[in-house]
Amino acid sequence: MKQRVARRWNFKLTWPLHVMLVPGIVLVLIFAYLPMLGLVMAFQDFQPQLGFFRSEWIGFENFKLMFEYPDARQVIWNTLLIAVIKIVAHLIVPLIFALLLNEVRKMVFKRFVQTLVYLPHFLSWVILGGILLDMLSTDGGLVNQALGWFGIEPIFFLGNGDWFRFTVIFSDVWKDFGFSTIIFLAALSGINPDFYEAALIDGANRWQQMLKITLPSLIPITIVVGTLSLGNILNAGFDQIFNLYNPLVYEKGDIIDTYVYRVGLIGGDFGFGTAVGVFKSLVSFILIVISYRLAYKLANYRIF
Amino acid sequence: MHHRSLSYRIFSVGNNVLLALLSFLCIAPLLHVLAVSFSSSAAADANIVKLWPIGFSLEAYKVTLANEYFIGSFFNSITRTLLGTAVAVGMSILIGYSLSKETNEFKGRNGYAWFFVFTMLFSGGLIPGYMIVQKLGLLNSIWALVLPGAVSVYNTILLMNFFRTSVPKALEEAAFIDGAGHFRALWSIYLPISLPSLATISLFTMVGHWNAWFDGLIYMTQSEKYPMSTLLQTLVVQRDLSSMNVNADEMKELSNRTVKTAQIFIATLPIIAVYPFLQKFFVKGIVLGSVKE
Repeated sequence: MKQRVARRWNFKLTWPLHVMLVPGIVLVLIFAYLPMLGLVMAFQDFQPQLGFFRSEWIGFENFKLMFEYPDARQVIWNTLLIAVIKIVAHLIVPLIFALLLNEVRKMVFKRFVQTLVYLPHFLSWVILGGILLDMLSTDGGLVNQALGWFGIEPIFFLGNGDWFRFTVIFSDVWKDFGFSTIIFLAALSGINPDFYEAALIDGANRWQQMLKITLPSLIPITIVVGTLSLGNILNAGFDQIFNLYNPLVYEKGDIIDTYVYRVGLIGGDFGFGTAVGVFKSLVSFILIVISYRLAYKLANYRIF
Repeated sequence: MHHRSLSYRIFSVGNNVLLALLSFLCIAPLLHVLAVSFSSSAAADANIVKLWPIGFSLEAYKVTLANEYFIGSFFNSITRTLLGTAVAVGMSILIGYSLSKETNEFKGRNGYAWFFVFTMLFSGGLIPGYMIVQKLGLLNSIWALVLPGAVSVYNTILLMNFFRTSVPKALEEAAFIDGAGHFRALWSIYLPISLPSLATISLFTMVGHWNAWFDGLIYMTQSEKYPMSTLLQTLVVQRDLSSMNVNADEMKELSNRTVKTAQIFIATLPIIAVYPFLQKFFVKGIVLGSVKE
């Protein structure tokens, strides 16, 4: 019986499976693979009116420029710095938060906290950017008012490069720390209650239980989350920075994606912009492949 | 209980206070915006509004809702959200079903799977992507906001895993023996069982479409085609009216602080409205997608 079914699948019934994929394949070909062909622009002095075929080939000139332009180098450094701090913060803060939340015994309160801290994750950086511009204003913004109560002079959060970096990292953690705890909470709910029972009998207090049972059981998932975020090492957060930055903070706040947008798309330097984009895609690709291998090796994690 | 020592009880209280404070910190900015939007213009400009409206006024909402650009952008957003979600979820269903078959049932399955997964790992980037949309003549078309992101490989994998783990094989085999084809099996067996998953994916896709602003900014050259997020980006964040081909006077009334906050709040409202449903689903969805035994 089983064999008959299997045979019918192979001979008669698999054509619908191919058909179902057709629309998706067409879309992916057009909007994902065709743009990859456009990457040849990175090796050209691309002129839109000349097109791909008649624009001059200049080899790796665009890439060389990228490492020679001081502002391009600065942009790569900014991206790395902001992204790495974000990755680390997004690992530590949710982990600590999950541990604290785990100590809450009243379920109603726990649910209440979760409801509120998950919310910012779903708001776009346009909305949050609008809110932050208003609240961080030096001209009577709520945050600077509050600082004033403690006798602190108004801080130009979005106009001073160093404060800009701080604001970007802080507000990004603020937006997502709640949501990022979900994965840790899921791991916590998988801990066998017998462990705690046994620890209790052995006279371990809550603090010892946390250190010896809860924390170790979160290590595998922490490794997975940490390694998988390696692929984001050049993603410093386009949406966020684009909605918060201004020419005053380009020096310390400009990142690869915003730079590509400004120089490439707005400035019309398609070849150079594409080269910077290729550099980013390539590095990310390599890191993603490495991180998935690592996650598999270290924590036996597979996505598919 | 005996393990609750005094020091632990002190910790507990402190912990609860800290968590309550953090929760408050997460919604305080929203409350502030809400308060400003309902305050009188004078109070807002004097920066005396904190978390409660001062000189209660609906003026900002009246101005916002009477502005044709804002209303137009609202409908653009609704259109792109509904159309975009329908197309995207349809794609995920078709691809997810097809790829949920094992290789021995469906030769070529792995090849197809990699074809899609590769797009998750590598992309042509901003500029080539823009040029394709431009060359296809999709600038200023709603399809520019719908088609480029229509295939979400992430959602497809989520759905594929759900199909694999939650639909009883026996049920499907029985249907095949009764002469049903794949389309029939998908429609009558897989989809009804997967409704909760589909709802999750749909809600997340809707939120994504509602929030999307950058595609509107680069693909729409006429500001009356902007979705609301893009309009908000130009008005509230960029504060650059020069890039918009509109009468500046008409837009001037939209730059008032109370009006800006009213716009922010109106754009947030749909998200808050679906949030309870999202919350019900997302824990399950996330766990489903990321942990596969």
